[in-house]
Amino acid sequence: MSTLSPKSYLQRIDGILILLYLCLVLIGFLSIYAVEHTGQSVGFFQPGKSYMRQLIFLGIGLLVSVVILFTDSKMFPNLAYISYAIGILLLLVVVVAGREVNGSKSFLVVGPIQIQPAEMVKFFTALALSKFLSSLETDFNNIKHRLVAIAFAIVPLVIIIAQRETGLALVYLSFLLAMYREGLPNTIIVLGFSGIALTIATLAMPKDVLFVVLTVIAVGALIVLRKNLKRKKSILVIILAAWAVGVIFSQVLVPFAFTKVLKTYQVQRIYTMIGQQVPVEYSNGKDMTVQSAAEYNVSQSKIAIASGGIVGKGFLNGAQTKYNWVPEQRTDFIFCSVAEQFGFIGSTLLVILYLLFLFRIMYIAERQRSKFSRVFAYCLAGIIFFHILVNLGMTIGLAPVIGIPLPLISYGGTSLLTFTIMIFVLVRLDADRNMILR
Amino acid sequence: MSDFNQNRSIYIQSFFVLIALAIVVRLFMLQVVGSGGYQLQAKNQAVKRKITMPARGIMYDRNGKILLNNSIYYDITVQPEKVKESFDTLGFCKVMNIVPEDFKKTIHALVMRNGWSRTSVLYKNLSPKSIARLQEGIDGFNGIGLIERAQRSFPYKAGANFVGYLNEVNKEMLQKEKYAAYRRGDITGITGLEKSYEKELRGQPGVQYLLQDVRQRIVGSYKNGDLDSAAVPGQALNLYLDADLQKLTEQMMANKLGSAIAIEPSTGGILAFASGPSFDPSLLSGNDRSKNFSKLLKDATKPLFNRSIMAQYNPGSTFKPITALVALDAGVITSSYGYGCRGGYYQCGRRIGCTHSGGGHASNLANAIANSCNAYFCHVFRLSIDSPSNKNVRAGVKRWNKYMSDFGLGHPIGIDIPSERGGYIPDLKYFDRTYNKNWNSCNMSILGMGQGEVELTPLQMANAMCIIANRGHYYIPHFVRAIGKDSTHPKLAKYLDKKVVAKISDANFWSVIAGMEAVVDRGTARVARIPGIKVCGKTGTVENARRINGKRVKLRNHSMFVAFAPMDNPTIAVAVCVENSGYGSQWAAPIASLMIERYLTDTISRRRKGLLNKMKNSKVIPKITYLIDSIEKKAARERWNKELRRRDSVKRAKRRIDSINNRQSNHWLLDPYYFKQYEMLDPKNKKGEYA
Repeated sequence: MSTLSPKSYLQRIDGILILLYLCLVLIGFLSIYAVEHTGQSVGFFQPGKSYMRQLIFLGIGLLVSVVILFTDSKMFPNLAYISYAIGILLLLVVVVAGREVNGSKSFLVVGPIQIQPAEMVKFFTALALSKFLSSLETDFNNIKHRLVAIAFAIVPLVIIIAQRETGLALVYLSFLLAMYREGLPNTIIVLGFSGIALTIATLAMPKDVLFVVLTVIAVGALIVLRKNLKRKKSILVIILAAWAVGVIFSQVLVPFAFTKVLKTYQVQRIYTMIGQQVPVEYSNGKDMTVQSAAEYNVSQSKIAIASGGIVGKGFLNGAQTKYNWVPEQRTDFIFCSVAEQFGFIGSTLLVILYLLFLFRIMYIAERQRSKFSRVFAYCLAGIIFFHILVNLGMTIGLAPVIGIPLPLISYGGTSLLTFTIMIFVLVRLDADRNMILR
Repeated sequence: MSDFNQNRSIYIQSFFVLIALAIVVRLFMLQVVGSGGYQLQAKNQAVKRKITMPARGIMYDRNGKILLNNSIYYDITVQPEKVKESFDTLGFCKVMNIVPEDFKKTIHALVMRNGWSRTSVLYKNLSPKSIARLQEGIDGFNGIGLIERAQRSFPYKAGANFVGYLNEVNKEMLQKEKYAAYRRGDITGITGLEKSYEKELRGQPGVQYLLQDVRQRIVGSYKNGDLDSAAVPGQALNLYLDADLQKLTEQMMANKLGSAIAIEPSTGGILAFASGPSFDPSLLSGNDRSKNFSKLLKDATKPLFNRSIMAQYNPGSTFKPITALVALDAGVITSSYGYGCRGGYYQCGRRIGCTHSGGGHASNLANAIANSCNAYFCHVFRLSIDSPSNKNVRAGVKRWNKYMSDFGLGHPIGIDIPSERGGYIPDLKYFDRTYNKNWNSCNMSILGMGQGEVELTPLQMANAMCIIANRGHYYIPHFVRAIGKDSTHPKLAKYLDKKVVAKISDANFWSVIAGMEAVVDRGTARVARIPGIKVCGKTGTVENARRINGKRVKLRNHSMFVAFAPMDNPTIAVAVCVENSGYGSQWAAPIASLMIERYLTDTISRRRKGLLNKMKNSKVIPKITYLIDSIEKKAARERWNKELRRRDSVKRAKRRIDSINNRQSNHWLLDPYYFKQYEMLDPKNKKGEYA
């Protein structure tokens, strides 16, 4: 292995990434400790407390990391497909035999251990996608191969939606980032953004008004492009098709999805995102005018964050988070704990730390000779970025309340373990960055 | 390795930075700019301001006996989430002596109303006795708590008319500056000493700032309690009152209309202060206080009307010593001055009757006082008005007014409970108006015998006795000797101020005192004689009449008696008035004399036990009182109905309620009839919620 490089193996390990990783994990641990700290002088080592369990998971994670660092880097591309297959299988098993927790069925219980395969499958999907994109047979300019690549992400996404764990499912959209890096055309991105715009318009506007607006846009486009129409008939077809898609989506698909597919609480969350009340036709007869749980969570979260002020209240002095004002504060709303105790300065530093972390991963990605390693690194960056975006956006009231954790900081064993493993796999791959892995 | 897309890495990085910036900007808005008002909300929800009310001051009598106390009652609270399977329901029910099914039902109802985690009141107002067993084992019942509450209690069941009562401050009070330190629901004194000494009795409420968690559970103090302040208990009031004497007096006045007051002349301290009919003060401090209040209010005998300081009577013959003193001081008579009364006074054209016609019953001042000769005092009064030392009759009246004012008549004296009235002394303006400026001393001669226009409150009569007992000075009558241990408290300063009356000479006082001694010794009030004690007194039998249905109806005489004792070194001065009961010697004199005996000898002699029982048990309330009351109530009702008819707009009626509410807080006692009106206007208030 070391024949290609004069440096020893240990020297080739990226210390900066590991350092950033440890910083984040430490912040997470202290935040969880602060939330649970009641001010009474009880000992630090309290079995059953969340921070102790987090510590145990961290220990397990670091143990696994050491094992990973001693594996052969070729193992990962070799195991990519098989692990992905097993992952998908596990997801299917969960759909059938999983345990129902808080309305979602995403946990598999084996004896005393609860695992959430949806978390682990992120890793397997990243491996599989990297393997696929890096194989010599794959031509990413080929539409068929693009669809296959997208399918790698969409398959687990669909299964996880079936487990009613929308938040975790949406994370699989983050693989688009890696694909974009590998050459997914801009048109798809444009289409994607148009789709998002259409979705928001559908939610925010009354159906009838939106129909008129879409029609006006289509007619306007036709008038503007009327001279080109004579030369190219396809423009007419495209405009009419876009209009038809927009109308069908907003008038048929969304109402169908909201009344038949999604649960009422999911509809609610979607509406919370755009700051609107759920319209009567989607409320399934429930009274949605009162403040929903989701709105309550977000408003409490904002209260806690705002109360931190510029410099914060100081470590262990977060009254809002300590005394349970913020719901789910150890897991999804852990950022409140940081923001309340360390204020604007502390939270900004945390955001910068995350940004450095992401940049380091991308820097590592770009120095790989092996495409497999690069795609894997981008997959990891995409996943982490998506988590941060949605989680922070949620706590500060910019994104819908989708229950996904803040990477490396939120309480939760599976999440911590998954991120740890992926990061150390990247470190392992990076150590062999001069090798070509397929 | 061909890589055409490397520049996309830059785009991705830019995108990351953009998103991070958006997040930081949003954080800046929330945390630094403070948009959305979330920072204020944080404090509001997590910091709770808890007020701890200190114990209200209590009252001691002159012998250190507790007249007014705080008794502790308990509320049992429950936090339903803690009363789960492991709770010893049976044990708890056994201790509390209740049926388990009822207990479960109550808990269920509480959960429905307040939720599982909130602490709610399970049982209210339990006496210390009934929770004694629970208190021992309270730790065994998880989720059960006890809240102490203080309530005024009266060990002697006496003092209703001057102690006053408490209630929650009402809206109008809260707007006043005086009540700036009060919040809604706070308790304040409404009448009596509770009101006058509110500030001292209340103490200083303590404030605690506490941190609470999302379930409103207290989790600690805010900023280590730096902002907290401790509650300062209210100060006790030490009264001059003799609790035993007060008790006895109230017992005697229980079934009578009128008033009985005893004052210590050397200090002006009130020893006993009763208004008849008296009632149990605890009626206005318990749970049923609203109900009891409206019942007392509706009572035809008007027990809430504090006759001792608010009723104004012709003093009748009890006024004669004052007339004598004025005449002596003016130098128009001497103590040996006599008047040949033949059963009436005829000098002013019409006869003024005198009960005596025997020769020599007014042969000198002492005899005239002892036999209460009307003619003598009408004459003497005229003499002092028409005295040659006065320029004319107007100057005479003016001078007389000055004497009266010095004696504390014609204006409130300034006792330390609210609502005192001043009585009435006619002045020049009055005579000019009434007699069209064409009058002389004949028009007013009956003033000399305490009839006519002169009106005194019982307190003023008692105070006049103090003046005579002190031979020329008095202290403003008052209840409080010391606030806490402080007898020179600024609030008491005006009561330490000696008031000298008209510089009348000792000799003149002695002349009158000798006459008053003769009243008891051999005159009209022999019933008031106490063996071994020289009592000086003066009876009064006051003619009175009332307008009923437009007709003037002569009612039974008011029985009055004023006295002080012992003669040489007086320690008690008394004024008793029993409305519409008969001669002064019939009711008032025995009551006064029993009070004096009780105070001076600490007991009632066996020989007079019968008299005492008679005084305690006789009901002397004329039937006509009830008739008058019903007529007045009917008239008020009609007045009100007429008024209502006049008002057609609902809006204006509402404004009326407001004004009635205002009157309620300020002058409710001045108009006994508005309550009736109030009730009719607002049926919800039938129970008499005067909060």
